[in-house]
Amino acid sequence: MALSIVHRATGVALYFGTLLLAWWLIAAASGPTAYANVQAFTGSVIGKLIVFGYTWALMHHLCSGIRHFVWDLGYGFKANEREALTWGALVAGIALTVLVWIIAYAVGGGR
Amino acid sequence: MSGPSSMRTPLARVRNLGASHSGTGDFWRQRLTAVAMVLLIVPVITVVIMLIGRNQAGAKLILGSLPIAIILLLFIIASAWHMKIGMQVVIEDYVHSEKLKIASVMANNFFCFVVALASIYAILKLSSGV
Repeated sequence: MALSIVHRATGVALYFGTLLLAWWLIAAASGPTAYANVQAFTGSVIGKLIVFGYTWALMHHLCSGIRHFVWDLGYGFKANEREALTWGALVAGIALTVLVWIIAYAVGGGR
Repeated sequence: MSGPSSMRTPLARVRNLGASHSGTGDFWRQRLTAVAMVLLIVPVITVVIMLIGRNQAGAKLILGSLPIAIILLLFIIASAWHMKIGMQVVIEDYVHSEKLKIASVMANNFFCFVVALASIYAILKLSSGV
C-alpha cells in the first residue's frame, strides 16, 4: 500500500478548501445577505458534496497524520505494522467522516 | 575557505546549502502545528455543528462568544502555518525550475497569509460586534 500520496493529496485539497472556510467566516462577519449566499451554496447538491469531501479529506489527513506521528516516534516500521497503520488510517478516516455527518444531521438537521 | 586552519566546523560549512536552504525548523513546526490541531479538532467540529441550520444572527452570537473565538483563532493560526509548510514541501518536490519555484513559494506564502488574516479579521469583527 502506498497511501502517502493520499496524505499529500488530501493536504492540498484542504489547502484550497480553506477558501470556503474563509468565505464562510467573512460572510458571517459581513451580514445576513452574504451569509445566506454561503448557506445557499453549502445547501446545494454540489456544495454538500464539496463539504462532505472536505470532511473526508480532513478526517483522513488527521488519521494519516497520526500514523506519521507513530513513525516519528520510531514505532510501526515492520511490514505488517505499516500495513495495519495504513489500513487503520483509511478505515478510521471514513468512519469518522460518517460519524461527523450523522452527528451533524442529528443535531442540526431539525433546525 | 576551509583549509586546515579554518575555525569553522564541518557542519557550519554545509549548513543552509541543502535544497531547502534551511534546517529542521520547518519539520518541528509542522509537527507542533499538527499536534495543536489534533487537540483542537473536536472543539472546532463541535462549533461547526452548533452552527448548522442557523441564520447569520445565530451564527454571529455563537462565533462572537469569547471561548469559541479563541478556539477558532488558534485553529486558524495552526492550520495556516501547517499548510504553508506542507505546500512548500510539495512545491520543492515537484517544481524544479529555480525561478518558478521561488515564485510558487512566494505565492504560497501570500495565499496562506491572506486566508489567515481574512479569517482572523472576520472573527475579531464578530467578537467586537461592529
